[in-house]
Amino acid sequence: MTDITIMVLSTIGALSILFAAIGILRMPDFYLRLSVTVKAATLGSGLLLLSAAVFFPEAYVTTKVFAIIFFLVLTAPVAAHMIGRVAYLINARRWDGTVLDELEGMYDKENKVLLSDAEAAKTREDKAADDQAG
Amino acid sequence: MVKQFLMNLLLSFIWVALTGALYFSNFFFGFLLGFFLLWLMSRNEADRRYYNRVPKIISFVLFFIWEMLKANIHVAYDVITPKFFMKPGIVKYPLIASSDFEINILATVISLTPGTLILDISDDKKALYIHVMYLKDREKFIQQIKNGLERRLLEIIR
Repeated sequence: MTDITIMVLSTIGALSILFAAIGILRMPDFYLRLSVTVKAATLGSGLLLLSAAVFFPEAYVTTKVFAIIFFLVLTAPVAAHMIGRVAYLINARRWDGTVLDELEGMYDKENKVLLSDAEAAKTREDKAADDQAG
Repeated sequence: MVKQFLMNLLLSFIWVALTGALYFSNFFFGFLLGFFLLWLMSRNEADRRYYNRVPKIISFVLFFIWEMLKANIHVAYDVITPKFFMKPGIVKYPLIASSDFEINILATVISLTPGTLILDISDDKKALYIHVMYLKDREKFIQQIKNGLERRLLEIIR
């Protein structure tokens, strides 16, 4: 029973890391590469660690594994968020098949402030124009 | 709430000490046993929140793992087949969650689901900008997150 659990967990984990590696090569633009890599790597290393926890019956291995998975889940999305934000701020090229971009024009480039709706952006632009005119 | 949790933890440690086997599975079993005992003994209405919340947290974790596996298979299929089926796009998602902690957890969970990635959070904390790999219908996607992940998450946190 434990053998089968270890086999299933480690196989799925290794496969998902392999797909992430292929995804880095094949995806057409930066955001898709980031999107494919972060989650698959988290899932893959999490599953490999879990199979290690099943293999070693000692309690300290299990606690260590759970701590590692906890911090992995906590930190990986934050890193992905920051990398994606910077990529958008420096205008990383988007794939031609991109169907919708609602982030366009929402950044206040000077102050790096992000607005939540179009009207706010518009009033800000009007105000800036008024300031220039006055 | 905290009191019940500490009591439950104490009971599971007592279980581990009595059985003399410090394995994670044994600890988990002791935790469930302690939870059941406390649930049997609770008389106070105010204590009930804890007993509703623990099953909800467990079901949320299972739901999240299921969603993650499903989406991973979807993405993996697209990666290994020669043709691209994806329609990427950046969607503005209006938040219901208001406090920093709720937004943090929601953003983490959305980022960990394959195919969706948080690009940024607006400075007045009213909207998330999400990069989606398979964007068939914008409204449908927003409803799906609102009724699935966010609703379940807020039920647990609030």
